[in-house]
Amino acid sequence: MKPESEAMTLDLKASVRLTNEVGLHARPSVKLTQSAKRFRARVEVATAADGPWVDAKSPVKIMRVKALKGETLHFRASGTDASQALDALVDLVQRKFGEE
Amino acid sequence: MERAISGLGAAAGVAVGAAWPIHPLSAVARTAGSPGNERTALTDAIQAAAAAINALAAAQAGEAAEMLGFQVAMLEDEALAEGAFAAIAAGMPAHQAWAAALDAEIAGYLAADDPHFRARSSDLADIRDRVLRHLFGLGAVAIRSGDVIVAEDLQPSQFLAVDWSKGGGVALGAGSPTSHVATLARARSVPMVVGLGPSWTTLSGIVAVDGDAGRVIIAPSAATLAETEQRSAARKTATRQAEHRRLEPAVTRDGTRIAVSINVSGVEDIAGFAAESCDGIGLARTEFLAGDALDDEERQFGLYRALVRWADGRPVTIRTLDAGGDKPIPGYTVEDESNPFLGLRGIRLSLRHPDRFGVQLRALARAAADGPVRIMLPMVTRQDEIDAAGRLLDQATAELQAAGLAHARPPLGIMVEVPALAFAIGDIRADFLSIGSNDLTQYAAAAARDNPAVSAYADTLHPGVLGLIAHVARHGSAGGRSVSLCGDAGADPRSIPALLRAGLRSLSVPPGLVAATKEAIRAVDLSEERGHEP
Repeated sequence: MKPESEAMTLDLKASVRLTNEVGLHARPSVKLTQSAKRFRARVEVATAADGPWVDAKSPVKIMRVKALKGETLHFRASGTDASQALDALVDLVQRKFGEE
Repeated sequence: MERAISGLGAAAGVAVGAAWPIHPLSAVARTAGSPGNERTALTDAIQAAAAAINALAAAQAGEAAEMLGFQVAMLEDEALAEGAFAAIAAGMPAHQAWAAALDAEIAGYLAADDPHFRARSSDLADIRDRVLRHLFGLGAVAIRSGDVIVAEDLQPSQFLAVDWSKGGGVALGAGSPTSHVATLARARSVPMVVGLGPSWTTLSGIVAVDGDAGRVIIAPSAATLAETEQRSAARKTATRQAEHRRLEPAVTRDGTRIAVSINVSGVEDIAGFAAESCDGIGLARTEFLAGDALDDEERQFGLYRALVRWADGRPVTIRTLDAGGDKPIPGYTVEDESNPFLGLRGIRLSLRHPDRFGVQLRALARAAADGPVRIMLPMVTRQDEIDAAGRLLDQATAELQAAGLAHARPPLGIMVEVPALAFAIGDIRADFLSIGSNDLTQYAAAAARDNPAVSAYADTLHPGVLGLIAHVARHGSAGGRSVSLCGDAGADPRSIPALLRAGLRSLSVPPGLVAATKEAIRAVDLSEERGHEP
């Protein structure tokens, strides 16, 4: 899905379905945070469009979300490279974290 | 001044090295400082633990490295210690604050519905304890090659984390020769003495672990060191001679061919081991192989197929998940059973989780398309368990058929470990039998494997236990059904003559003991009256 701009908050948003077998557990969480950390943008993730949002650069917080296969991951980002960050994260999830 | 502590030999051989104590966390205390000091102490401990895990990860590959990478990522995330630092600011000592914060995190994982998340609780517990070790000044459990681990007890994971290729040994206060970690030590030829009692805490400096005599010598004299060196060299020579004949079949003096297959716990056990030197895999454990892939059919299939391809046409006997007892799997086995060895374990647990059992059966049936896989059910007590597993196997093959995936229906055999089943074996319908002598012995002798105080009772050479084995060998083999034995006794030179006399013609042993087992078999003459053995 394409990131779409949201005029109200200047946050960019994107969403993608989690299709890898084990969901967002240990290794996928680490890969997601490693990818997010490559960008300066603030990036947050949630399993519902209205949050609660957690820092996508924190494996501890992402593990607390316990997102399972079939759930939709929502991302929001702000900052200079927010758009690139969302593209990279959506691509990573769509590629099933390169695991399968 | 040289002195010795007596225990029980759990893995043969002698090792001399510096004692490396691993103290249990429950036995240490520390004095807390001001909140500022406590904050610094925790920060330093977290950094030191992360650095130690990073160093460990660099020496590992594949899955092990990735799981350690996860631990590092968690430790480097400030969110993990937020709660602990808040509690420290409120006056709590660092170790209590850290343990409370991690226990809360672990509780969150254990509350998850999904088994993958629940299973990660063991990583969190590992992280918690690693940092606590640094806080208590115990350092990381990072043993140098050649050291002797001295501890109250040792977890299999702790043993496996050590590089034993350059020597070393283990001396334990508790433990038993039939424990899981002892099996691992024998398989890797790491000398081990267990059951030393409370005096294990006095082991320090240079110690000699004598796994043959079942004792540990502190501050060994020059004469002892020379004698140890000599025995070590003699053992190496004997091993070399046996290794020389490893590829030859095992035939007794009177010309009886004995099949010798191997027990494996994972694909790393067969790396570098020539399939030609054995008669296939007699026991592939799947607790380690598939423990964190309980629901992952593809991954299990890949691992099973790797065993089948390695065996190159030889039979590969794969045991379905034998969790429970001394092999808990977080999120799968039952916690706090009053007597786990007599509780929900092996097939009893698998039949209560038919979906997960189905995943394993499908993966096994798919691997069987590549070669002769045999499925072995652990801890069977009654015929209806075998029948229920057979129906689930039928269902699994029907699902594979419908999905158009290549598969075959493997023979379905059982472990004979429960005495009641052993007595009734003539009436039991199963495709093959394998005597699990460790559990059969502990159940028949009413002596727990993990209790050093009763280790001497758990003796496979007890006439009653040998009688049970002879009964199974005779009445189980009716109609040409294969009967094997896959416990520690199968690789014990003292037991081998008695096992062959009891009628067994097939033994499954750790890969490292194949050569020595074959040599022991070659020394037996089944045409002689018993008692004439050298």
